[in-house]
Amino acid sequence: MPFVEIRDLHKSFGDNEVLRGIDFDVEAGEVVCLVGPSGSGKSTLLRCVNALEAATSGSVTVDGVELTDPDTDLDAARRHIGMVFQHFNLFPHLTVQGNITVAQRRVLRRSSSAAAAEARTQLSRVGLADRATAYPGQLSGGQQQRVAIARALAMHPGLMLFDEPTSALDPELVGDVLTVMRKLAEEGMTMIVVTHEMSFARDVASRVVFMDAGRIIETGPPADVLANPQHERTRTFLQRVLQPGRG
Amino acid sequence: MKVRARRRLTRGVAYAVFVGVLLLVVLAADWGRLAEAFLRPDVAGSMFPGVVTTALVNTLIYTLLAFVFGLVVGLALALARLSSVAPYRWFATAYIEIFRGLPALLVLFLVGYGIPLAFPDREIPGGLFGSVTVGLGATAAAYTAETLRAGIQAVPRGQTEAARSLGMSPTRAMISIVLPQALRIVLPPLTNEFVSLTKDTSLVYVLGVTAGTIELTKYAGDALNQQVNATPLVVAGLLYLVITLPLSQVVRLLERRSARAVR
Repeated sequence: MPFVEIRDLHKSFGDNEVLRGIDFDVEAGEVVCLVGPSGSGKSTLLRCVNALEAATSGSVTVDGVELTDPDTDLDAARRHIGMVFQHFNLFPHLTVQGNITVAQRRVLRRSSSAAAAEARTQLSRVGLADRATAYPGQLSGGQQQRVAIARALAMHPGLMLFDEPTSALDPELVGDVLTVMRKLAEEGMTMIVVTHEMSFARDVASRVVFMDAGRIIETGPPADVLANPQHERTRTFLQRVLQPGRG
Repeated sequence: MKVRARRRLTRGVAYAVFVGVLLLVVLAADWGRLAEAFLRPDVAGSMFPGVVTTALVNTLIYTLLAFVFGLVVGLALALARLSSVAPYRWFATAYIEIFRGLPALLVLFLVGYGIPLAFPDREIPGGLFGSVTVGLGATAAAYTAETLRAGIQAVPRGQTEAARSLGMSPTRAMISIVLPQALRIVLPPLTNEFVSLTKDTSLVYVLGVTAGTIELTKYAGDALNQQVNATPLVVAGLLYLVITLPLSQVVRLLERRSARAVR
């Protein structure tokens, strides 16, 4: 059984149908990149995978737990699905260490020394071992995003969701974040990444999913979808993204 | 050149008017009589130490009691107002609208005299202190609730989403993530609320205070009657300012700090 299983997923905001029947699986250890024009529904799809958005109809199952079942304890399910947001969403009133320990202590009930040790481990993993006592406001965007990744990893998630993790960063800071994500992928983490970074998708993704207007248009290994797209819409999109200024 | 000359003339006139009015007041005033009415050292001296050890202390106690009551009830009302359960929202909205629309003095009368009339065999615990806590706190709660609601809503949605994505329940996210940030945002308006409560304690005398429970305004009023001199009012006024001016300064500091804070 796939680690993530999505069946006939529909999502509407009022009259606006954002997802129009998505069927989509992710195997354990896969890195799937969701690409597509803005408004295509890829972020909404990602947010349905940890039930930050409630599906209108259809089913989402992660690690055997059906999130769309009304009897599912969503808080318990989300503990092991890490999420990284476009705007980091670090807690500005807590230090870097506080950001990484608060859920460990309040949700997983780890002792404060165990949580602090875990925070140190994850911070060195993202290359920020020396910033534990800083506040988010004192960090660069790239550092903040790496702290956000460490915060999610500290919960030992089985799946990591990335929602345009580099879109809010200055171009020279994108590399550090992508390096961390690349390392994570090499270590075998199951990842779903909404991104406009085509080079990351090409180099790291095991599969690329191209979405447009709430539907999956095509999916396959990056070499196929990015280098040799079968659909006109994919071709148009890739031309715009890969050759900015000429689209 | 012409523009600059005219600007200089305008400014000159403004200064001249100011100095003229000031001179008029200084020359016309009868300083001896003013000092006799407002600044008699012997009258001021006779008020000490009671005006500080009893009146000022009681004013502070009334303020603190009402403020804490307002904060606790106000927080409950703010959360009710944001609740997904509609009747909670209705109740909180009704409470806030009603108590913000009533004069504090009327509410104080209601609690101090209305409730004892309605429930003659029951008493608000704490005697006068209890009545003041509820009487002034009931109004304060309405204002505090609106302040806190605004603060909670000012915390970006992404904060709650990040907390929920880490497995926190809505309650846990509110307590650990949203409220600490909201309180920081509303610290300046809450301090203002404290300042206006300090002044509202001058209404407490309508409930009938004794020598032990007297507050600043009543104390000054009594002294005014006894001595037939206005110096006690000046003394009481200065003591109010001893409480409120530092707080206003604190608000200014907090506002400057939060303006400087990044994100």
